[in-house]
Amino acid sequence: MTDVSAPAASSSPGDSPPAVLEAIGLTKRFGALLANDHVSLAIRAGETHALLGENGAGKSTLVKMMCGLIQADSGELRFDGTPVTFPDPAASRARGVGVVFQHFALFDALTVVENVALGLPAHESLPALAARIEACVHRYGLAVEPYRRVGQLSVGERQRVEIVRCLLGDPRVLILDEPTSVLTPDESENLFRTVDLLTAEGRAVLFISHKLDEVRRLCQRATVLRGGKFIAEVDPRRESAASLARLMVGAEVPRTPRTVTHELGEPRLLVRNLTLKGDGSRGSALHDIELEIRAGEIVGIAGVAGNGQTALFEALSGERLGGDPEAIVINRVPAGALGPTERRALKAGFVPEERLGHAAAPDMRLSDNVLLTTHGDGRIVRHGIVSQSALHARFAEIVKRFDVRFGGRDPKARRLSGGNLQKFVIGREVLREPVLLVVDQPTWGVDAAAAAFIRTTLRSRAAEGCAVLVISQDLDELLEFTDRIAVMSEGRLTRPVPVEETSREAIGLAMGGALAPAPEDADAA
Amino acid sequence: MPLKLERQENVPLAGLVAAPFVALAVTLVVGTVMFAVMGRDPVEAFRIYFVDPLSDAYTLQELVVKAGPLLLIGIGLAFCYRANRWNIGAEGQYVAGALAGSWLALATHGTEAGPWVLPAMLVLGALGGAAYGLIPALLRVRFGASEILTSLMLVYVAQLGLDYLVRGPWRDPAGFNFPQSVSFDAVATMPLLLGEGRLHAGIVIGLIAVAAATFVLGRTLVGFSIELGGSAPRAAAFAGFHEKRVTYGVFAVSGALAGLAGIIEVAGPIGNLQPSISPGYGFTAIIAAMLGRLHPVGILVASLVLALTYIGGEAAQISLRMPFDVTRVFQGTLLFAILAADVLVRYRIRRVEGTRHA
Repeated sequence: MTDVSAPAASSSPGDSPPAVLEAIGLTKRFGALLANDHVSLAIRAGETHALLGENGAGKSTLVKMMCGLIQADSGELRFDGTPVTFPDPAASRARGVGVVFQHFALFDALTVVENVALGLPAHESLPALAARIEACVHRYGLAVEPYRRVGQLSVGERQRVEIVRCLLGDPRVLILDEPTSVLTPDESENLFRTVDLLTAEGRAVLFISHKLDEVRRLCQRATVLRGGKFIAEVDPRRESAASLARLMVGAEVPRTPRTVTHELGEPRLLVRNLTLKGDGSRGSALHDIELEIRAGEIVGIAGVAGNGQTALFEALSGERLGGDPEAIVINRVPAGALGPTERRALKAGFVPEERLGHAAAPDMRLSDNVLLTTHGDGRIVRHGIVSQSALHARFAEIVKRFDVRFGGRDPKARRLSGGNLQKFVIGREVLREPVLLVVDQPTWGVDAAAAAFIRTTLRSRAAEGCAVLVISQDLDELLEFTDRIAVMSEGRLTRPVPVEETSREAIGLAMGGALAPAPEDADAA
Repeated sequence: MPLKLERQENVPLAGLVAAPFVALAVTLVVGTVMFAVMGRDPVEAFRIYFVDPLSDAYTLQELVVKAGPLLLIGIGLAFCYRANRWNIGAEGQYVAGALAGSWLALATHGTEAGPWVLPAMLVLGALGGAAYGLIPALLRVRFGASEILTSLMLVYVAQLGLDYLVRGPWRDPAGFNFPQSVSFDAVATMPLLLGEGRLHAGIVIGLIAVAAATFVLGRTLVGFSIELGGSAPRAAAFAGFHEKRVTYGVFAVSGALAGLAGIIEVAGPIGNLQPSISPGYGFTAIIAAMLGRLHPVGILVASLVLALTYIGGEAAQISLRMPFDVTRVFQGTLLFAILAADVLVRYRIRRVEGTRHA
């Protein structure tokens, strides 16, 4: 393991294959933020190189500089050992650098082959192009049908379209930006096989991720960034997940205790036959959702994004109403026909996935954002009048107890970092002392320390007798701190099973659509 | 060289406060150029336009009389605009309120009706304006129609309705065929505040509205729900506020205040119904609302400034023989400048690096 003091060797001795694309001392500053501070990285032929770092560590900035999307303030890029500049992405593409970004640039209304054609400079007949796509698909095991409309494809399929599009340009370097964040474990495994084929041909792959197990499985080298600085270049196969995490975070990451030391109480949330029609624009339909959560337990819902989790959250929070009052029972009261305020009055709390614009109003002050979910509690708002003193007292309490950090006295919500805003949003609910807490993506885009704090907070709420429902795409997180896990796929929910009785593989299968994450066992709850 | 507007992460409060003043300064510069182009001495023109009206007791009263309707309408519009509902039809709601209130004045004309008539007229005016304002709200909620278009088009409907009534059923039979109603009785007329001049009790109602709106918008849950609905609709739904109710509510308040302004104007300085009962108050109040930062106290100040453009415009018509359109140009320039200043405060202009495409 190389240390901070020794920067990445640019021309390494002996057994290392030659670097194809190399960044040397790249520095980029955005205003007061030093996004990349003399970062060096060499992607070598035939290797899969991991770029590891937390959100905000500077991974995206580095990648954007390496493909010409933004220009470095200082430092240089080398391609095959000779200095190059990429004034724009087209220049890097011409040299053989392909990038698959997290957010796809595909047109839903067009077919796969039409989308691919749009990105190519030369004019080629669609059938000829389709044939080339078929060949590529065959060679690398990417299941893509050229004549299907992109709008009908799953997220995993769209990603494969993007990869095919890159590969048609015969790149020598392929950069994959957090490719597995949208994939099921099974789909990820297929992607890894494709990557292995690519490197076997001598291509270089840069694999950006914060999932340590994947990196250890797939990559021969890993560069770790933290706070915009190069921290280390290591061989991930010789590291443990814990040692990699330490490098990323710079400190020991506490694990959330998951010992259930308390008795489970009465049911706080009962969902029976909850069915919602899809509303076209967003949110898939829900089919016959059945769920029971009792006081004192944390139930997790796993699943790939876009399988109805948002619809389920909005159905539970009361933002989307179904017809049947009995479909949702909160704290023994039929709540299916109640709005969000009435459901909160039953001592339920909700934390949506999207912080800015859903959980908080971005352009309103943080203290005003306290009102969003507390206005019906009868403490801060009385007879329709907002008590400024009560509001600011609550605001100060949230900030203090949940360690919310920000500049200024009372900034707009927009100005907080993801982790701090999430701590605020969670703290806002916890201080309402709910007996049911529904949290969608509790730690999405949150740094490791804040994520650990949030998980511990939810755990201790459960210990105090709150029923907690956590919807997350992060399977590791769910396995770490929930008691039972259900899986959501295409609007259907499996029966929750105790974490001890299930496995990643079983859950992965269910995420792909196979029902029941574990063999049927006797009454688990 | 392509330019790009980039949202400023950190909008300086000082900038937001300064923007209206910068806009005023820009308007004055544009005005100077305009006067010069028209062959008038700019200094002389400015004196007549902006200084003289402030140095005379009568015109000072007139200033307040003109500011009154702008103030009431502007406050109502602030409710709408804070909720991100763009009511452009206050002029129509003003006319609708004037018609609703005048109906009672005409119905009781020549009878022995007591002092209840005027208060009842004001209530009817507010109700009429609110009902008219609810039409675009209904169209938006039920059919998703743009309230900008529907509210604006309803202005012309209201104006034509007024025109029909004063030329037809409500025309004064003894009025030598002039298209106007009978003059309102004393019990149907706004009381004057001073012995002489035209200053009437309307401004008192305006000041009450300032206080009430400041309280409602700044201190109550209703005000918060309006602000939140305009700022982040999805967060408002999550908070449990009903978007439809907010839409109906702000249009009703906005329409009621515009209608109230309309009946006060007819029962006050005008004294009867005529084909033209407004020099575009409903539109000018949009400028007052924006210039006043959608805050009731700010709108009070902005209304006085805009009233000055009316008075100055009248004076310039007489002594400089300048067309009344100059006032419109001033008001338009001011709106343009305030909107531009807002954009420049909230966004920053950046040159986009030369982007050669693939």
